[in-house]
Amino acid sequence: MLLETKNLTKRFGGLIAVNNVNFSIERGKINAIIGPNGAGKSTFFNLISGFHKPTAGQIIFKGEDITHLPANKRAKLGIARTFQTTHLFEQSTVLDNVIIGHRLRTSSTLFDAIFRTKRLKREEAQCKEKAMEVLEFVGLTDAAHKIVANISQEEKKRAAFALALATDPEVILLDEPAAGVNPDETEGLEELIVKMAEYGITVCLIEHKMQMIMKIAHKIMVLNYGEKIAEGTPEEIKNNEIVIQAYLGGSAIA
Amino acid sequence: MIAVLKQKKIAALAILFALAFPLLIPNNYYLHMMTLSFIWMIAVYGLNLLAGYTGYLSLAHAGFFAIGAYTLAILTVKAGLNFWLAFFLSCVISSFIGFLVGLVALRTKEHFFAIYTLCVGYIIYLVIDKWDNLTGGVRGFIGIPSPANIGPISFQTPVSQYYLVLFFLLLVVFVMYRIVYSLTGRTYIAIRNSEELALTIGISTMKDKLVSFVLSIFFTSLAGALYASFIRFLGPDIGYISVMFDLLIFLLVGGIGTMSGPVVGTLLMTSISQQLQFLQDYRMLIFGPILTLLVIFYPRGVVGGVIHWKTKRTENNRDSRVGKISSHSSNEKQVKEG
Repeated sequence: MLLETKNLTKRFGGLIAVNNVNFSIERGKINAIIGPNGAGKSTFFNLISGFHKPTAGQIIFKGEDITHLPANKRAKLGIARTFQTTHLFEQSTVLDNVIIGHRLRTSSTLFDAIFRTKRLKREEAQCKEKAMEVLEFVGLTDAAHKIVANISQEEKKRAAFALALATDPEVILLDEPAAGVNPDETEGLEELIVKMAEYGITVCLIEHKMQMIMKIAHKIMVLNYGEKIAEGTPEEIKNNEIVIQAYLGGSAIA
Repeated sequence: MIAVLKQKKIAALAILFALAFPLLIPNNYYLHMMTLSFIWMIAVYGLNLLAGYTGYLSLAHAGFFAIGAYTLAILTVKAGLNFWLAFFLSCVISSFIGFLVGLVALRTKEHFFAIYTLCVGYIIYLVIDKWDNLTGGVRGFIGIPSPANIGPISFQTPVSQYYLVLFFLLLVVFVMYRIVYSLTGRTYIAIRNSEELALTIGISTMKDKLVSFVLSIFFTSLAGALYASFIRFLGPDIGYISVMFDLLIFLLVGGIGTMSGPVVGTLLMTSISQQLQFLQDYRMLIFGPILTLLVIFYPRGVVGGVIHWKTKRTENNRDSRVGKISSHSSNEKQVKEG
């Protein structure tokens, strides 16, 4: 178990977005969170990555309580995430976008920048090397010098993965990685996610594309109205009565 | 690579021209205007670091320009400090005030940040205007010394002052260049691009924003201190909102978030407004529409427009190179563009 939530709750005024959720992200596996729109999946991600402060409950990462740690410090501990929309800087090249991802593992300051110290030069080379390494990993080596505005949606997703991977994460949270991507390209992204897990990076993802989830996930949690209604392997979830009623509309999975 | 070499050539030519300017045009009026433009450029570079590269549009910078200027005046005239010590201290004191303001201001974002800093700027103006004993209030502050000699070099003549200001301008440009093209600069740009994303990749945005804010104010108050020692008279008006919008216009016209934007914008706007002097305040009737059009069609100013045009051209070149292999598709494209 790499990351664990205990009785995690988030209230927005009268609305309980996440209610008393106990969940664990298993090391080296692909963990999926599914649920209807508005079930609290994204809020749950925001709690884990540190964008929202939980109303109650705890988040434990590698045995350490990180409930009150800000997002940037969680990133340093090894929790990376991507967003539904990619947030990349469109006017700049893919490589330039990804280089900054390794910044958190460097320590050069303003002083280093002004005097162009050895440390800065070394760390700049290190960041660039890391960026090329992760771009190769996600299969974007050829697109490294293209302007982001000119690449496809799928390539943008890969670039966003690369940026998250450049932080040297232990766990990567993917928020709807295959949204807005066609079926062929979805398969490509699937392969990439499996590759990440094989590489030793724990994956946790939110996704609406059921086929994809059922194929690649080792473990699934189902949220509905902020509450965990089921947890288990894809097989177990497929045959779970409550899930079928709440989420799949009473019929078998397409 | 070629583009970088070309840029360096243009920069070298511009520096050479600036160095030769007093020899080429030995006219004290133009020299005065040029020196003043250089001072504005330094302030605009300060604003550019924060607004252009870090994405926080501050409207308090005229206030900090004034703090830099008045601090120099007070420290030299009232406290009788050595000029260069006072010069250094005025930048430090102004930056420290900036640090305190930044601690609060940087908790807001976007237009809230702009409005907050606008208020801070106006409060600074009011303090200068009303604190008669210290600043001379509306009567202004007179008798500020010109820069003290450094060894055998004196700064009494317009030409020597021109070179002094040019020296500081080049220094600021150099420091800006080093920062922007470093990991620190990339960090600022990442914050400008998306603060949320910056946080998730482990950037402690508050710290970086604060450093950028303080440094930006350091540059602007440096410009203020130079202004005080060059003009040698100060009125509260230099901290007024209109000065702020002048700085902003220089930056927007030149190109916000570009390296040469402040130089281009300041030169362009000061020379145009010189040419239109006979129209007095009606100048604004001409400036207004031009600015609106510029912001709509060239949101990154003149320099941004040139950069955009260049990248488009190189991309088209690349396309046509690829097109040689598959000429069919490139023909189609040309037809469309034609």
